[in-house]
Amino acid sequence: MSLSAMRAGRLTETKQPDFWLQKKTISPGEKVFKKYCLTCHQADGGGVPNLNPPLIKTEYVLGDKERLINIVLKGFNEKIEIEGEHFSNAMPPLNILKDQQIADVLTYVRSNFGNKAPAVTVAEVKAARSKLK
Amino acid sequence: MTRYKISTHQLLYKMKKYIFIPAIVLVATLLTFGFTQISNFTISSNSLPKADADNAGLTLPSGFSALKVAETNGHARHIAVTKEGDIYVKMADAKGGKGILFLQDDTKSGKFEKQTGFGNFGGTGLFVRNGYLYASSDEEVFRYKLDDKDQVVNQSEPEKIVTGLLSRGEHEAKAITLDNDNNIYVNIGAYSNSCQEKDRQPGSMGIKGCPILDSAAGIWQFKANKANQTYGDGDRYATGLRNVVGLDWNQKDNALFVMQHGRDQLHDLFPKYYDAKASAILPAECFYEIHKGDNAGWPYIYYDQIQKKQILMPEYGGDGKKTADKKYLDPIVGFPGHLAPNGLLFYTGTQFPEKYRNGAFIAFHGSWNRSPEKQAGYFVAFVPFKDGKPSGQWEIFADGFAGKKDIASPRDAEHRPCGLAQGPDGSLYVTDDVKGTIYRIMYAAK
Repeated sequence: MSLSAMRAGRLTETKQPDFWLQKKTISPGEKVFKKYCLTCHQADGGGVPNLNPPLIKTEYVLGDKERLINIVLKGFNEKIEIEGEHFSNAMPPLNILKDQQIADVLTYVRSNFGNKAPAVTVAEVKAARSKLK
Repeated sequence: MTRYKISTHQLLYKMKKYIFIPAIVLVATLLTFGFTQISNFTISSNSLPKADADNAGLTLPSGFSALKVAETNGHARHIAVTKEGDIYVKMADAKGGKGILFLQDDTKSGKFEKQTGFGNFGGTGLFVRNGYLYASSDEEVFRYKLDDKDQVVNQSEPEKIVTGLLSRGEHEAKAITLDNDNNIYVNIGAYSNSCQEKDRQPGSMGIKGCPILDSAAGIWQFKANKANQTYGDGDRYATGLRNVVGLDWNQKDNALFVMQHGRDQLHDLFPKYYDAKASAILPAECFYEIHKGDNAGWPYIYYDQIQKKQILMPEYGGDGKKTADKKYLDPIVGFPGHLAPNGLLFYTGTQFPEKYRNGAFIAFHGSWNRSPEKQAGYFVAFVPFKDGKPSGQWEIFADGFAGKKDIASPRDAEHRPCGLAQGPDGSLYVTDDVKGTIYRIMYAAK
């Protein structure tokens, strides 16, 4: 803070570099991923051969948002082929998560693991969930 | 009656044409063929192929060496080696119509470069017995007649011996083994982790009475020589087994032994009772001796190798400490959790030292769900046996398949051991289902 700012009674600068002020926090989306997704899809999002699909730049992750939201809400147990492989394990329905949590984790997945896709909003999750009722 | 008295010398002289010529023929035969025959049974390093310089990347006990005998470039699952030393491998996928590979070392180089394939079905199970090659898809079991050189007579027309087995995604591999009475034993894995109402959903409780047990989660017994058998023709030989990929008939004890893949995600699904560390080591991967009618307890209990008890599963009211009212089958060995036993072989050879005779080798495919702990397994273990029971602590026999020490995710592993077979000379063969490498492990006394 400059001397003149202090004399003028201003107690804070308008801009402070983040790394001075903030402790490293984990994003809400990453928090959900670590608790509900990591065991199966792995810390690097690469999945497990033959069992759990990867989340790295696949059509399912980068494509249609409603389809992706429904995978989280309803679970997924179809024998699909992703990049030439099939995956045996059942994904449970995670409708127990709140709309905000689902929006956060899907946004997190779509912007990590090499993925670059638009965020998923709470409104989109809400809309998808209401269609299931 | 008069008796001729004749000296031995005179007798031999008289019999010479009956002794001398056959003796020469015998010696000639031995000289021509004897050495090649004898070398198959001599335990000398001269008769074994040359090991790879780095022992195929494996860490082995003293006196053991290894080589990669073939690269199949696919997901190599179970394996059988014929008395001629040829290899059959079951592939997880039937790429190019080759669900079964036939490998031969026709140049006697130690490497099995001659590879042919047949069989339009992927799968895991494979077994050679009584002049037949048995192989399974995820729903059916087939057999191929072998000629006197153990080669398949008709590659395009296997005989279907079992059909209609349930395959609903999870635990679909139908591993097989045969006994000495023309029975075949087939794993039908549970299509569920822990029989929850909602499979793998946090907090979902177990289905009452678990109807999965009626037609899965057990070992089914069928006749090895009858066509088109379905559930009705077979017997549920053992139940309460979540998924068995490694199984073997113990010739010495004339009994079935199996390795069970224990349930996953105790912490994810019931964090109230299990933290991540407990969930990484529990429940035990169980080694069972199985007799008809046995019940290993899935989904109601799991074996806790630390408490050395059968513990009630949280899906059925457990809390990590409560035991069940009923007592189920105890394992003969409880390995650490999640190592994923995919191969089991009782060693009946004489190439390996005394300690290994009649003991059990187990191929641990490696874990996927121990995060945040590092993954574990990716080795072949050994359990010594005496009088039909484990006689000592298990040990890691062959390590290093993964290619690196710290595995955070199974995709980090270069190779993952899956199937085991014994060669006619007592070498141990191991398959890898990542790249399809086939390993041969040998022993030579120094």
